[in-house]
Amino acid sequence: MPAELINKYMREAHLPHIWCPGCGHGILMRDVAQAIEDLGLDQNKICLVSGIGCSSRAAGYMDFNTIHTTHGRAIAFATGIKLARPDMNVIVIAGDGDIAAIGGNHLIHAARRNIDMTVVVFNNDIYGMTGGQFSPTTPTGDFATTAPYGNIDRPFDIAALAEAAGASYTARGTAYHAPLTIKLIKEGIEHKGFSLIECASVCPTYYGRKNKKGGSVELMTWQKENCVMSDKAQHMSKEELEGKLVIGRLSEKDYPEYTEQYKKIIEKARK
Amino acid sequence: MAKKLVINKAWCKGCGICVAFCPKKVLGLKNEKVNIVNDGCILCGQCELRCPDYAIYVEEESNE
Amino acid sequence: MSKRVLMQGNEAVVEGAIAAGMRFYAGYPITPSTEIAEQSSVRLPQVGGTFIQMEDEISSMAAVIGASVAGVKAMTATSGPGFSLKQENIGYACIAEVPCVIVDVQRSGPSTGLPTSPSQGDVMQARWGTHGDHPMIAVSPSSVSECFYKAIRCFNLSEKYRTPVILLMDEIVGHLREGVEIPSVLDVEIINRTVKSSEGHQPYEGDIHEIPGWHLNGGGRYNITGLSHDLSGFPTNSNEITDKLIRRLMGKIEHNADDIIEYEEKYLDDAETVVLCYGGTVRAAMSAVLEARKQGVKVGMFRPVTVWPFPERRLKEISPKVKRIIVAEHNYGQIVLEVERIVKNDCKIDFIGKVDGTVITPAEILKRIKEGK
Repeated sequence: MPAELINKYMREAHLPHIWCPGCGHGILMRDVAQAIEDLGLDQNKICLVSGIGCSSRAAGYMDFNTIHTTHGRAIAFATGIKLARPDMNVIVIAGDGDIAAIGGNHLIHAARRNIDMTVVVFNNDIYGMTGGQFSPTTPTGDFATTAPYGNIDRPFDIAALAEAAGASYTARGTAYHAPLTIKLIKEGIEHKGFSLIECASVCPTYYGRKNKKGGSVELMTWQKENCVMSDKAQHMSKEELEGKLVIGRLSEKDYPEYTEQYKKIIEKARK
Repeated sequence: MAKKLVINKAWCKGCGICVAFCPKKVLGLKNEKVNIVNDGCILCGQCELRCPDYAIYVEEESNE
Repeated sequence: MSKRVLMQGNEAVVEGAIAAGMRFYAGYPITPSTEIAEQSSVRLPQVGGTFIQMEDEISSMAAVIGASVAGVKAMTATSGPGFSLKQENIGYACIAEVPCVIVDVQRSGPSTGLPTSPSQGDVMQARWGTHGDHPMIAVSPSSVSECFYKAIRCFNLSEKYRTPVILLMDEIVGHLREGVEIPSVLDVEIINRTVKSSEGHQPYEGDIHEIPGWHLNGGGRYNITGLSHDLSGFPTNSNEITDKLIRRLMGKIEHNADDIIEYEEKYLDDAETVVLCYGGTVRAAMSAVLEARKQGVKVGMFRPVTVWPFPERRLKEISPKVKRIIVAEHNYGQIVLEVERIVKNDCKIDFIGKVDGTVITPAEILKRIKEGK
């Protein structure tokens, strides 16, 4: 018998999951479950949407209405679901390649519309499922199977990208900072509008190994020692923030929400 | 209601995260599975929070 | 009571779709299908439905599948370039068995081609555009009135067989304006998906038109995936289960071909020559056939209304009884390949294929009818 939380929110028959030993995704998936438990939401009223990649397998493990869609398109599927059923809590779980490369267009446009959904990014800085190619969040200079001489691409800051595109809530958590990440996911779900919680995961199998940064323990120790809370970071200089990862709530704005706006269109059209 | 630490060895993949971040150092790895190595556990649940495989957790024991 | 109105083919599609129960449309502007998006944006909120202009063609297809999975009848419309972009998600709807309607108003290609010129160059893309073996239904209207009724039929087939259905139009019909009777009370049946609601049901077992139930909050909490899956909807690596899945997907259309396939025949009783065409081309062909008949030529017409699945059995009955079949289509030769495969040496096969962006005229078809006589 697993822990009560797991028993309630995971499809036990499909566990243990396929993720590698020490993969941060399992921790983050538990954070999502804990956030939903803390909010006391009805499981039948939650649609969990994922794309393709390591992170997307979460949809098969979590016991909600779940849909594992095509690569990069989770937010677009979720947009249709939310517009068809505005009463549903729509949660997207996506990876960094999934959401910021192939699905980048959907991310910025859903953020621009401020449609009510919560996107939880499991960001492991690498394409894991295909074996360790560099992703849009792989830091410059790092190594990957398709960056054998070092990555010359500059990485995206997914949370900042979403905020700039119009998301009304953005935050960043990590696999190490579980209580904080749970709190941020809760805030994101409760927030009316497009919310994005970028969660720094760890990929010991490809990212850690390729970059000689160690296993999960070393990667999570880095998170423990190098993260700065957003309220503290506000008072720090650019130099002081060099090499640090800012975590916590990053932005919260009051923009009109898309499905609410569309309700008004229906009222207008029916007059 | 007492609490106890439970380990599901079948799900443990031996990553060592719980061992490394246990504040009381009560966990160890043996044959790539987590084990309780001393009785200093304070049931804080840090291991449960960071176990990617849901293989270790603090359970409420019913007194029945 | 019905209302006679002057309407464009693209507009009639929207009216038909709404009559069929469409309450969600996601699309991206593309000539010559854009009026379908425009009209949907006007009409859907009037009936409590939702229109959204998405950021691209891919997301339009994705949103349509999402809405359908959530229980709402959904449609998108596009043309060649956009149809290409939608293909991956059309395949998703095939394997996940999500009903939805995709309108493709064909224009001249490849690539950007001649955006405002008619073509029927997407016939094979409609059949095989997405990768892997998959079933496909494509319906091709020839008049504005048919745009209305075939849109309804597409939704019905889609709901019944829980599969994506393509309304395969062409620019000729999409931009055609003619008088149509819009019935105030619908004279055709509307088919709605059957929804399983009880917990513990295997979502992919049982009747073909019972679809995974979570879209209506049945409490089943099903999983839907584009991966090969078992009857419970969860991914599998099993070769045996995958084989069953693909054969079931193909079989649900193949075994119901009689219910799905629709065709039209004119003057076949004594015909020595048969003009075979579909969509907008039917109009020119019909004029040519009527004119040839006036001149005493024994010619008839065979018109697949469902282009896919192709009315193979009926064509095979016709071909041994005639001397010649003239296939006329606005492409370099697509349906003619299917005709050759079916007819073999039963009769001569002649071909009129146009790829210059102009329409095939009645005179061109008439000339060919008379040439071979």
